[in-house]
Amino acid sequence: MQVTMTVNGEEVTREIEPRLLLVHFLRDTLGLTGTHWGCDTSNCGACVVLMDDEPVKSCTVLAAMAGGHAIRTIESMERDGQLDPVQQGFMEEHGLQCGFCTPGMIMTGRALLDRNADPSEAEIREAISGQICRCTGYTNIVKAIQWAAAHEAADATAGAGEEVTA
Amino acid sequence: MATVEERPIGFGRLKRKEDPRFIRGQGHYVDDVNLPGMLHGAVLRSPLAHARIVSIDTSAALAHPKVRAVITGKDLEGLNLAWMPTLSYDTQAVLATDKVRFQGQEVAFVVADDRYAARDALELIDVEYDALPAVVDARTAMGADAPVIRDDKEDQTNNHIFDWEAGDRDETDRVFAEADVVVTRDMIYPRCHPAPLETCGSVAHMDAVTGQLTLWTTTQAPHAHRTVYALVAGLPEHKIRIISPDIGGGFGNKVPVYPGYVCSIVGSILTGKPVKWMEDRSENLTSTGFARDYIMHGEIAAKDGKIVGLRVDTIADHGAFNATAQPTKYPAGFFSIFTGSYDLQAAHCKVTGVYTNKAPGGVAYRCSFRVTEAAYLVERMVDALALEMGVDPIELRMRSFIRPEQFPYANKTGWTYDSGNYEAAMRKAMEIAGYDELRREQAEKRAKGELMGIGVSFFTETVGAGPRAHMDILGLGMADGADLRVHPTGKAVLGISVQTQGQGHETTFAQIVAEELGIPPEDIEVVHGDTDRTPYGLGTYGSRSTPVSGAAAAVVARKVRDKARLIAAGMLEASPDDLEWEKGRWYVKGDPEQGKTIQEVAMAAHGAADLPEGVEGALDATTVYNPPNLTFPFGAYICVVDVDPGTAHVKVRRFIAVDDCGVRINPMIVEGQIHGGLAEGVGIALMELIAFDEQGNCLGGSFMDYLIPTAMEVPDWELGSTVTPSPHHPIGAKGVGESPNVGSPPAVVNAVIDALHQSHGVTHIDMPMTPARVWAAMQGRPEPPQ
Repeated sequence: MQVTMTVNGEEVTREIEPRLLLVHFLRDTLGLTGTHWGCDTSNCGACVVLMDDEPVKSCTVLAAMAGGHAIRTIESMERDGQLDPVQQGFMEEHGLQCGFCTPGMIMTGRALLDRNADPSEAEIREAISGQICRCTGYTNIVKAIQWAAAHEAADATAGAGEEVTA
Repeated sequence: MATVEERPIGFGRLKRKEDPRFIRGQGHYVDDVNLPGMLHGAVLRSPLAHARIVSIDTSAALAHPKVRAVITGKDLEGLNLAWMPTLSYDTQAVLATDKVRFQGQEVAFVVADDRYAARDALELIDVEYDALPAVVDARTAMGADAPVIRDDKEDQTNNHIFDWEAGDRDETDRVFAEADVVVTRDMIYPRCHPAPLETCGSVAHMDAVTGQLTLWTTTQAPHAHRTVYALVAGLPEHKIRIISPDIGGGFGNKVPVYPGYVCSIVGSILTGKPVKWMEDRSENLTSTGFARDYIMHGEIAAKDGKIVGLRVDTIADHGAFNATAQPTKYPAGFFSIFTGSYDLQAAHCKVTGVYTNKAPGGVAYRCSFRVTEAAYLVERMVDALALEMGVDPIELRMRSFIRPEQFPYANKTGWTYDSGNYEAAMRKAMEIAGYDELRREQAEKRAKGELMGIGVSFFTETVGAGPRAHMDILGLGMADGADLRVHPTGKAVLGISVQTQGQGHETTFAQIVAEELGIPPEDIEVVHGDTDRTPYGLGTYGSRSTPVSGAAAAVVARKVRDKARLIAAGMLEASPDDLEWEKGRWYVKGDPEQGKTIQEVAMAAHGAADLPEGVEGALDATTVYNPPNLTFPFGAYICVVDVDPGTAHVKVRRFIAVDDCGVRINPMIVEGQIHGGLAEGVGIALMELIAFDEQGNCLGGSFMDYLIPTAMEVPDWELGSTVTPSPHHPIGAKGVGESPNVGSPPAVVNAVIDALHQSHGVTHIDMPMTPARVWAAMQGRPEPPQ
């Protein structure tokens, strides 16, 4: 079957097997290997991408179901050489170690801040509770998202176009 | 602006060099490897735990239009590859020929055009099994009527693997006979699984023309794996290149050689194409290296208010093949460090290893060779003793600690602890926790019927294996190499034999060289995970990277510094003896203006001018570091839990961890390691379990069943540190990665017992302390975990 969707702002059309999972469509068909796969059962969240700005586990979405929707992956987060504050936060707060859960965590962090610019620690923990990290014990992931929230708030105060400072 | 501490030339909180690629999704993991013409493999696994294979019919699978090859054990027998050596001098079936011995065992391997077709074809293979009774409980495996699992081995007439002892049995008996108090406990450290987020896999590419095999694979020990493949397949070692790219967590799970890796190689040889094999999560949990599974009977003795003796009898469940990764002379790993942090008069341990119809492994799950089981045993026993004696658990520990002036300390089972100051770490943890205040709060809550518990553990590890005279794996001494080249412009490349799975070696090791040579860390590239580009060494596990390879990095940098001294002396027309070093520069004693930076020396080392007599060109060095001893990190942990009286749900409210791992190269990375290990330890204590039913069906075969803590189940970690350098390590560092996983489970269990003992009379609950299991204990019927 043929599927058409928007991936990172570009429309793509491909001939696929109906059973193809979105995670494999992104990784194998489009070569966007920043999205990872970790469990089969929708527990680990290494495969989280944004579908119409909402986090989804791409191992539990058929590529066919994504037809007509807008998918956003980790590869789209850096724009014009400027890291997304959530990406920057992970680096600043040591929010990653092996890096395998990181893209999914960053996407969820982005989605959270887009709907709640000033989340509490509890809200951040709840937002990432569908995802597993084996390395960090989560404390620094929480701090990474807090870092991004604080810098986006400062950025908003300073006015658009102001560079986020490290 | 970055602060000075964030831009150190040497030790300090340097941001990681690995991060820019990971935060952009540009890490390069094994499943990201895509080669032209690459095929995909999948493994058919046994649905039964113990059965004879009557027949395997692959014809329907072979008829599938996208299938390129189907490999069975019979095919491998023809290549002499049906069995492979394990890291413990046992054998393991690559693909089963005679019997299957655990559920999930590898039976056939399909190679197809894509990963979906390969999975489809597995359904088309028809295997006829003749079921046999399964041996699931290690306690019954040695029974006279137990079926013999390893009847493939000529001399094997039962399920016994080994008996191993340490310490002095008679002396221990004497100390126990003279003791004032003796407490016994039976406890199980249940089978759990490292479950790294990236599963295991490989991409094999055999070039039929050159005979060159390139294997991208999830391994923590690329060089050791290369040697194993050379031994298994008879392939010439110089024609094997192992590339271990970015690894999505290991925790010990990626130390062994797995049948799937071997099958991908065979698949590539047979098809002439690259073959990728990536296991799914169920395969990872049911067939790859599990951890623990120790059934322990412990006894502890006190005299005059102090701990004086400890003994333990253990049955070790090794599964169907003895595939543990332990140094050869240590079949129970370093379990004999069970004497812990205490100045005992005597100690004795005995471990009996047995086969069962369960997956092989017995790898460390973030643990230096059974140190975790040992620390759990002693720290649970000390708490049981404190309970019996009616003394505060910290007070009993304080009375019994090895004192600072006793180091180096020879314990009763053959270890020489390098350095320690246990009381200082314990006091620091008490201070951070507000221990006295917590006890007051607990008393108030008890009066109201609330169940609050405070658990303490104090661990000592032995990490950094190890001196090659005593420690080897498959005859390979546990040393590690390093080579360092400084280019003419003063930029350097360090090759190391250990392999990062998230520990940040590219950063930490650059900092070690930076500290020694004064070259900024950003000018030092650390190469690892590629056998063609790095010196030989045994890899990363058992917290050995910093103790062994970190030492190698420091030593090789000092060799370069020494060579730079000779060259600088020539440039300055001075005697080398008249030069002094400051970070990054040799200068003339008494005339600091007269000096040469390491960068100037590097250019001169490659320059046109003559070098001093006897000095070859270039600025480089190699070394192999053979550690004189292991390092002995330690720590004091305090856990605060609340147990819901109505649901028995355990909430870890606070967790305080004071670690002493000697000199900290990058404190940010050290703290991150501790965070991660604590989460894993809390997971083991509360929810992680690989259980089996009576037929040997694995009950923990997915993340629906094998529960891993999320951000909701763990607290915000509270860390502290003390620094007691290792006297024999070049930079005074000790290993740390595994400490939190070693120290935290007993702290959590001790906290839960502390919460429930007074009100419910609970003296022990085996892990994992799920609500159902805690509830059962509260009702007076504690259950073993399996």
